Amino acid sequence: MSLIELKHITKSYPLEDTQLKILKGINLNIEKGDFVAIMGPSGSGKSTLMNILGCLDKPTSGTYVLDGQRVENLSADELADIRNRKIGFVFQGFNLLSRTSALENVELPMVYANVPAAQREERAKKALTKVGLRERMYHMPNQLSGGQQQRVAIARAVVNEAPIIFADEPTGNLDTKMSVEIMNLFTKLNEDLGRTIILVTHEDDIAHYAKRIIRIVDGEIHSDEKNEK
Amino acid sequence: MIDARTIFSIATRAIKANKMRSILTSLGIIIGVAAVIVMLSVGHGAQTSIQNEMKTMGSNLIIIRSGVATSSGARSGHGSKPTMKKSDGDAIQEKIEAIKLAAPVLEETTQIVYGNANWSTGVTGTDRRMFEIKEWNLSYGRMFSSTDIRSAAKVAILGQTVVNELFGDVDPLGKTIRIKGIPFQVIGVLIPRGQSGNGMDQDDVVYIPITTAQKKVMGISFPDQVKMIMLQAIDSQSTYTAQEEIRELLRQRHNLGVNKEDDFVIRNLTQMMEMMESSTKVMTILLGSIASISLLVGGIGIMNIMLVSVTERTREIGIRMAIGAKAWDIRWQFLTESLVLSLIGGLVGVVIGLLGSYLVGVFSSLPTKVSLLYVLLPFSFSGMVGLFFGFYPAYKASLLNPINALRYE
Repeated sequence: MSLIELKHITKSYPLEDTQLKILKGINLNIEKGDFVAIMGPSGSGKSTLMNILGCLDKPTSGTYVLDGQRVENLSADELADIRNRKIGFVFQGFNLLSRTSALENVELPMVYANVPAAQREERAKKALTKVGLRERMYHMPNQLSGGQQQRVAIARAVVNEAPIIFADEPTGNLDTKMSVEIMNLFTKLNEDLGRTIILVTHEDDIAHYAKRIIRIVDGEIHSDEKNEK
Repeated sequence: MIDARTIFSIATRAIKANKMRSILTSLGIIIGVAAVIVMLSVGHGAQTSIQNEMKTMGSNLIIIRSGVATSSGARSGHGSKPTMKKSDGDAIQEKIEAIKLAAPVLEETTQIVYGNANWSTGVTGTDRRMFEIKEWNLSYGRMFSSTDIRSAAKVAILGQTVVNELFGDVDPLGKTIRIKGIPFQVIGVLIPRGQSGNGMDQDDVVYIPITTAQKKVMGISFPDQVKMIMLQAIDSQSTYTAQEEIRELLRQRHNLGVNKEDDFVIRNLTQMMEMMESSTKVMTILLGSIASISLLVGGIGIMNIMLVSVTERTREIGIRMAIGAKAWDIRWQFLTESLVLSLIGGLVGVVIGLLGSYLVGVFSSLPTKVSLLYVLLPFSFSGMVGLFFGFYPAYKASLLNPINALRYE
């Protein structure tokens, strides 16, 4: 059984008298341990697909099985719980809480998973060490560079032992050198720790870090192929 | 649900992040709580002083004075035509079961002299029953004896103020004072009672036997005349029910025909006091409710700021939701924030309110009295205000869609 199984997923929004179809029947399986890049021009529906995959949004029709569980009809709170336990997010804009130290940012997913405070701190410190921020645990986000902030976000995404990491344009706000660092970190997470990574990007050189590249055009899968490194 | 300590630390962090705003927001609650405490303490103080007065005056009191004199159509005030006798009181005490004690009063303000010192004060002729009604004991010396009354002895019992003014440090017992030039021996001194509720010095008094007052000191127009009779009923209810009985008895004793007006006035002091007490109670409630309105306005201030705060922190809410916060996690976060804001405001308000009622008590003529209930009441009310007005913003925050919230700039 695949980690992610999408069948006939559609998403449409009401627009005046008609329905605007963003996704037109997506069928997609992603295996455990895979590293997938989703590419597509803006307006192709890749962000919508990403939101549905990330359990932030519900499809209009179709079925979504995540880690053996049907999720397309769950309530908002149940989805929050799935996101908390199964998914780690890395965003383009980092999305760290301001005026909150790196350590406390990384602790956040565990706060909502009811992990006791002492254990939270220990695990957050370990995760920050792994991404190379041991020395900057008590820094506030505005005291960190973009690359460092993104590494804090990655630590936050992995700290709850979530099997899937969603990265939405993770290098969009970073320069080339930092982008390489971040992509190497993702590769390491995929290869060494077996985390499944789903990456949304529009840059070819970033997509080439992935094992598999899916191209979305006009709400449909246009191509889905192995990436030969 | 995430644990209380974490939620509390999240809330206090947000409050500290916007110190000035938090202070201004709490200000509404601070003023509200302080105002409620001051108002309630003023009202409570008025109530307490009335109760104290009732206690020192004697409980369940009825006073009978001589009635209104009418001479060629001009009506003089109460007591202008003396009609009451000491024996009237004795008869009432004896015949009417509801009346426990009847003390005669014949009083006059006059100059009293000891050696070189002199002092003007009210001299009251009465007997032992007066002190029983007022529940007033001697601090030293002795009470009037039956012999004193029968023989119209020239003895006096003094209040502490009179002792201070005439004797200073000298022991007054056995000394001779002169009232209207007549020598009196001091036989006792009363326990000091201080000021009454309306600011009168209750210790500025001299008591002499009623018989002595009638026969030797004060001019009377017929034998056994008194100015008034102070009655004590067995309980507060009886002060109402006994009135008619007293009236009938007195009319009979004064030989008043069917067509004649009463030549005496019965005044129920308990009734008066109860009315005053209930009117101050109404005043307390009124003052308290007016002050509560400012507390309510303070609550609206909190709601306003919390709504702004939720909008400002839309992105934070989005991040928390994406990471796994459930609706109630978000709600509790913002509810705790408004609760902490209002409770801090409440606490500061309590301090200022206590200080305020103390200052009002010191610098104005209004007596104030603070009670635990009147402090806890507005404080817990401030907590409820925080919860009530915090709920809508918190609820609104929890309804945000994480995708839109994350995109919010």
